[in-house]
Amino acid sequence: MTVNTPHSKSVPPPAPAGGVSWFYDPKIRGYASQIIVVALLLWGLYVIIGNTQANLTKLNQNFGFGFLTQAAGFDLSTSLIEYSSTSTYGRAIFAGLLNTILVAVLGIIFATIIGFLVGVMRLSKNRVVAGAATLYIELIRNVPLLLQIFMWYALVLKPLPGVKDAHSLFGIVFLSKKGIVMPHPNFGPGAWAGLLFLVAALVGTWLFRRRARKLQDETGKITPVWLISIPIIILSPFIGLALAGWPLAFDYPELKGFNFSGGMTMVPEMAALLIALIVYSATFIAETVRSGIQAVSHGQSEASSALGLSRGRALRLVIIPQAMRVIIPPLASQYLNLTKNSSLAIAVGFPDLMYAGGTVNNQSGKAIEVVFILMVVYLSLSLFTAAFMNWFNSRMKMVER
Amino acid sequence: MTESAVVMKSVNKWYGQFHVLRDINLDVKKGERIVICGPSGSGKSTMIRCINRLEEHQQGDIIVDGIPLTTNVKNIDDVRREVGMVFQHFNLFPHLTVLENCTLAPMWVRKEPKAQAEETAMKFLKRVKIPEQALKYPGQLSGGQQQRVAIARALCMNPKIMLFDEPTSALDPEMIKEVLDVMVDLAQGGMTMLCVTHEMAFARQVANRVIFMDQGQIVEQNEPNEFFLNPQSPRTKLFLEQILH
Repeated sequence: MTVNTPHSKSVPPPAPAGGVSWFYDPKIRGYASQIIVVALLLWGLYVIIGNTQANLTKLNQNFGFGFLTQAAGFDLSTSLIEYSSTSTYGRAIFAGLLNTILVAVLGIIFATIIGFLVGVMRLSKNRVVAGAATLYIELIRNVPLLLQIFMWYALVLKPLPGVKDAHSLFGIVFLSKKGIVMPHPNFGPGAWAGLLFLVAALVGTWLFRRRARKLQDETGKITPVWLISIPIIILSPFIGLALAGWPLAFDYPELKGFNFSGGMTMVPEMAALLIALIVYSATFIAETVRSGIQAVSHGQSEASSALGLSRGRALRLVIIPQAMRVIIPPLASQYLNLTKNSSLAIAVGFPDLMYAGGTVNNQSGKAIEVVFILMVVYLSLSLFTAAFMNWFNSRMKMVER
Repeated sequence: MTESAVVMKSVNKWYGQFHVLRDINLDVKKGERIVICGPSGSGKSTMIRCINRLEEHQQGDIIVDGIPLTTNVKNIDDVRREVGMVFQHFNLFPHLTVLENCTLAPMWVRKEPKAQAEETAMKFLKRVKIPEQALKYPGQLSGGQQQRVAIARALCMNPKIMLFDEPTSALDPEMIKEVLDVMVDLAQGGMTMLCVTHEMAFARQVANRVIFMDQGQIVEQNEPNEFFLNPQSPRTKLFLEQILH
């Protein structure tokens, strides 16, 4: 009978066995495949650049961005910066970019809020609530977005009365074919007090939350931080303004002739695009949220219940932290989709980046340059969003093995 | 006469049309240790899960530590504070460390200060013999270690009654003993325990009573020696033949 005693000293790994044919060597295979891929890529680039140059010469055009300083000669229905038909092509594209960013940011914020609500609703035990959420999701996400933009445009714009008979809300907000006209806040000197108080309230909440945690660690007392903080955060800018002597005046819209003067306007094109984008993207976000929550095993909520945690605490302390790591990566793609889908604005004539770029292209004939600019800008927007979401994801990631 | 920890009177439960628990009558005294066995699908897990309301019974009465389990949410919360549970698949919180797993409920349900909760947690982690793993995450531990953490987590709430739902069924054979050792230690400390398990050696060693269930009914119950040596019902005999080889 023999007994194998364990080695007293660890043994170094054996040298790799020689004599393998180079054709079966994984290292050589790795290098070879990489060389082939790079060669194909270089060849592709060579063909594209060569072709483009040949075609440009044939069309008697040259590549360059000088045209961006020429006068645009067309109007944009809405712009965040000073813009008129005498502005340059470059400014037109920049105004378009700002409009795209405005729509994307507003769209992301509202689609996220609605998406989270609907996603949680779909998991509700109340059948009416769950059914309503399911109906909304299945109806909206299965109809093409372009069609929905047209539908909202027809729905928002067509049935609305003309300026003269505009629907009025308390006589300060007006809804007409021209869009939504709202009072425009004008901040006088000292208005910074409002902002200062808001920032102070936010910092205060952060400190309060830390203090509450410390208090809980030390005495076990649980403070309802958000119940106290949220009203304070909401009220703080008004308190600040009041203390500064209310340096805030509203520029109210007024009907003068055939149009409103004063106030600020959201053009119906933007309203239609924004509503469609939010309503459509929210369905995908809702599904992402639902699948994320469902991905957390049922055993987790059972264990929480068995320990006596309430449903709300179980969600906040156990379920959601685990669901987030499943939700964030697909959420990032939804944000990217929303940003890129905003280019459908061209269908209703909202002057976003795509619309401005397209018009510049038509007028200047600089197709390659314009398409190049648009691609670079959309790519940068997307990469920025992706980088932000990656950072967020790495913060939420779970420690395992 | 000692006081009852758990009383079940004519309890019935259905999953849709399927009758999972049929007329269950059970009286568990304080300090009693009960092992429940039976073929799969016989309603063993469902029965003990009714005790802390993870499952709702539809007929009959369940009274835990003097508190009747009704739809009253307050009563359910009170019962859950008194009853600890250990699951087949551990159900540890993977995003929290071992220590945080153990302090979560004491801090958020019992409102204990952190230091006190941690002290209690370390005491029980020592008792289950893994204090050195306190700062690791559950994913970094073996199955047996995870189950011991799960036991410690339940104990941190100072429960009067412990429920074990097949605590060793998901473990590798070599890890079963370390978990059973902890359970034996707990039993010897006088804890009221209801264990769904097929570990018959454990049943012989610690149980006051073994209950055999089949098709949603309690078929037979007896003290362990009688139960194993002299089973009465033919169904019990058949079951014991199959699991004892």
